[in-house]
Amino acid sequence: MLAWTIYISFLGALLQLLLPKGNNTLARALALVTALAGLAIAATAFLTHRTGELITVTNYAWIPSLGINFHLAADGISLCLILLTGIVALTGVLFSWNIDRRTNEFFAFYLLLIGCVYGVFLSYDLFLLFVFYEIVIIPKYFLITLWGSTRKDYGAMKLALYSFIGSAMVLVGLIAAYVVAGGKSMALNDLANYAFSVHFQMWEFPLVFVGFAILAGLWPFHTWAPTGHVAAPTAASMLLAGVVMKLGAYGCLRVAMTLFPHGLDPWGFSLLGLSSWRDVFALLAVIGIVYGALVAMVQKDFKFVIGYSSVSHMGFILLGLMTLNQIGISGAIIQMFSHGILAGLLFAVVGRMVYDRTHTRELVLLGPMNLNKAIPFAALTFVVAGMAGMGLPGFSGFVAELMILIGSWRAFPIFAIFVGTGIVIGVVYVWRAMQKAFFAEPGDASTQEPLPPITIPERLGAIILICTSVAIGLYPQMLLKIITPALNSPLFDGVRKGGW
Amino acid sequence: MMLTILTALPVVGAIFLLAIGDRSKPLTRAVALAFAFASLLLVLILWHGFDSSLGTMQFEQRLAWVPALNIEYHVGIDGLGLLMLLLSAIVVPIGMAASWKIEERVPLYFALMLLLQACLFGTFTALNFVHWFSFWELSLIPAFFLIKLWGGPKRTPAATQFLVYTMVGGVAMLLSFLAIYLVTGKFDFIDLAQLAQSGHLMSNVVASLSMHRFMPSNIAMILFAGAFLGLAVKVPLFPFHTWLPDAYSEAPTGTTILLTGAMSKMGVYGFLRILLPIFGPQVQAVLTPLLWLTVATIVFSAYAALAQKDLKRIFAYSSINHLGYCMLGIFAVAKYTGGDISLLTQKFAAMDGVLLQMFNHGLTAATIFWFIAMLENRSGGQRGINDFCGLRAVAPVFAGLMGIALFSSLGLPGLNGFVGEFLIFKGAFPLVTWATSISVIGLLVTAIVILGIIQRVFSGPLHERWSGFPDLTLAEQLSLAPAIALMFVLGLYPQLVIGVFNSTVIQFVQHLNF
Repeated sequence: MLAWTIYISFLGALLQLLLPKGNNTLARALALVTALAGLAIAATAFLTHRTGELITVTNYAWIPSLGINFHLAADGISLCLILLTGIVALTGVLFSWNIDRRTNEFFAFYLLLIGCVYGVFLSYDLFLLFVFYEIVIIPKYFLITLWGSTRKDYGAMKLALYSFIGSAMVLVGLIAAYVVAGGKSMALNDLANYAFSVHFQMWEFPLVFVGFAILAGLWPFHTWAPTGHVAAPTAASMLLAGVVMKLGAYGCLRVAMTLFPHGLDPWGFSLLGLSSWRDVFALLAVIGIVYGALVAMVQKDFKFVIGYSSVSHMGFILLGLMTLNQIGISGAIIQMFSHGILAGLLFAVVGRMVYDRTHTRELVLLGPMNLNKAIPFAALTFVVAGMAGMGLPGFSGFVAELMILIGSWRAFPIFAIFVGTGIVIGVVYVWRAMQKAFFAEPGDASTQEPLPPITIPERLGAIILICTSVAIGLYPQMLLKIITPALNSPLFDGVRKGGW
Repeated sequence: MMLTILTALPVVGAIFLLAIGDRSKPLTRAVALAFAFASLLLVLILWHGFDSSLGTMQFEQRLAWVPALNIEYHVGIDGLGLLMLLLSAIVVPIGMAASWKIEERVPLYFALMLLLQACLFGTFTALNFVHWFSFWELSLIPAFFLIKLWGGPKRTPAATQFLVYTMVGGVAMLLSFLAIYLVTGKFDFIDLAQLAQSGHLMSNVVASLSMHRFMPSNIAMILFAGAFLGLAVKVPLFPFHTWLPDAYSEAPTGTTILLTGAMSKMGVYGFLRILLPIFGPQVQAVLTPLLWLTVATIVFSAYAALAQKDLKRIFAYSSINHLGYCMLGIFAVAKYTGGDISLLTQKFAAMDGVLLQMFNHGLTAATIFWFIAMLENRSGGQRGINDFCGLRAVAPVFAGLMGIALFSSLGLPGLNGFVGEFLIFKGAFPLVTWATSISVIGLLVTAIVILGIIQRVFSGPLHERWSGFPDLTLAEQLSLAPAIALMFVLGLYPQLVIGVFNSTVIQFVQHLNF
């Protein structure tokens, strides 16, 4: 059943191209139905598979001579991310309701992107995973160049190049592993169970990890993210920051860490106080958290604030993964979910609710428009999303940060203190942007044209995202219940060591 | 269950207010006040059902919340908690009455006030760190927006400073508690206090955390510092107080009432509920520096109040001063006396004083700011002490009643302010003689400040521009009457409140390592 999330999305994309051109309403309706169907399947699976153990969805021989299968499977971690994809996809359609230029093609690319994202999260065969992972780049490139704004060609090209470099590293790593393991199977568990030599893992791990982590915005390979997200149209920003960045983090956990767990072992010597790849990546993650927050604090463009905040939040995920304990990794997965929802919401406010009305994103120019009176719903949404993003209790971000902090207290106590600093800076940049954009001293009201009111699809989308964040914030057990057994499954045997 | 309903009621009220929207301002105000009184009624019912002969937690409710992290929904009140609930329930209607003249975005204003009240109730009833911390942090949001949207000319920097200071403290405290959780696996205040009492808490923490590289050896002290910072910013203690005068003076006066009357008590409450029971030995280890900070808080804030011209700023500093006395009492109680039983009664006295002072300062400061709000409404926003002169001639009732509130703040015997301060000084003197002696300066300077206000605002020749200054209307007199009456009642019969928390105080002091 879950496989239909992929098929339906591809089918929807195809239908979009066959539809008569110029009928925007039909295109929107079709996109909405497709996204809704995907979400319905994802939610059903999420609600029915409450044990979180691995379930095989489909398994056909694809290229038998190479041991490659069309093998889809899901465990608790995939289910969380599938649900996230469904929610963000649906709200993304709601926030693109005003796209009226080449609408069919827009939604075709959009649905193709979603189908591939579902595919990556469900793939159990690494070749299949890589295929989906690679196709993702194409729709995201075109979504930005064709419907984007602000240096869109530069942003799109940079994003595509970084993605290709990351994919290339992953591909090299996967082929090497496949060959070393005998070339019989590309299935995740077969490769994870193969005893690669420690020396092999020591160079394979950083290669594949960084390859995936580029897409997760690992500092210093993050620079594609803010420019790409800013240039993208709203729905694409939501998807890019909300779920596509999670593909990278998911790959880090699912592929790099499970296949090459010994790559995280100590080197046996110490360089600048760092004695393993684990230390190195944890340090880079912490730098990302603090650096992303600091840069977000001085941006003049509203959307760049959100763009850099993503870098900061993704740092939490990578740090959580590197803690190598249950609480930290569970926290990282919850943060993937939470950031997906909140980044989507923030980009929706900035890109759709504000920019599409005011046609500017300069904080200085937005201030005098007195937006908190003109579009109070946007102000309220931003306040809630900002509060959730900066980790205020009651929202999903708090639970995730809490767990990641506990995990890093155990693994890297010193880093926990720097992360605390990052959280405080997070409060400052959210609050600064909010005050400048929505609550600055009002300018001369008479010269301003009234802004169009917030439409119903926008309200609906914002409410869905806020409710999801609050639900996870108040009842994180909902996700933890299926994440915990997934992390305790045999697949993660190699990761579960030391102070798990 | 009662406590959950109590916390939820203002939230329901806030949603209700936002749902009815901007139809009729009088209706909005009335509904908001009705919800505030409903809360007060509920607290009085709680008081009625509360067995004050026990010092233990009552009305407890415990539910699993995040079993994976051992986070529980755990609420309960002892005498201290009930006292704080009473205070919050009294202060909020006063704040609403003082905000009656707010004309802009009325539903949002009162909704935020009710949300703030819910956060107060939540903080004072929560017994699990995560649950408590949630309300502690969330309370900043309504307070921030009340200052930001309805405040005075410098509201933006004031609100931001308020938020950032408190957030920094909050994150420091969060980090400390996460480290403790990591070692103990517990977030529950009661459990942690029991562990600390048995002496295993910090030794376990040190043993478990000091194995890491780069870990400083005095990790217990660092964790204490984190928790201390979070609470000290909120109280505030010198030198973490700089956010307060701006926030209090820029906030609309009705909001200032909530900030000083109830929110400032969250910090003191935290010291009593968290810091002393869990970090007792650490407090004792650095007691002398802490006392220096307290003395500095008391003396500096009194002199700072003397230098101010704006009534709201004067009482902002005076608020720091009054809470400084609470801190003096708390640190006196925390002092290690080598098991000397004879000093135990002094500790009881000081502790009783601290709790009384919290309640009395809340009541008195709220009433004084209420008067300031009326003064502002009558004078078109002016509130400098030199802006007025001889108001007694035209508004004798106003002058008389405000005089009572001012004298209560000064600590005149017979009024409520006196009892708390007296008990604190009486109890603290034998325990921490030098600090108590220096703190007397604070009392004297405060007296000068208050007398100066009375003299400049109410005495002297009447300036002609105030010749039309209206006296209190009958409605105003009637609404003020309960607050003023309560000042007399508590001044003459403090047992009314002491009875609520006496058993709690005895148990609390006995559990400390003395």
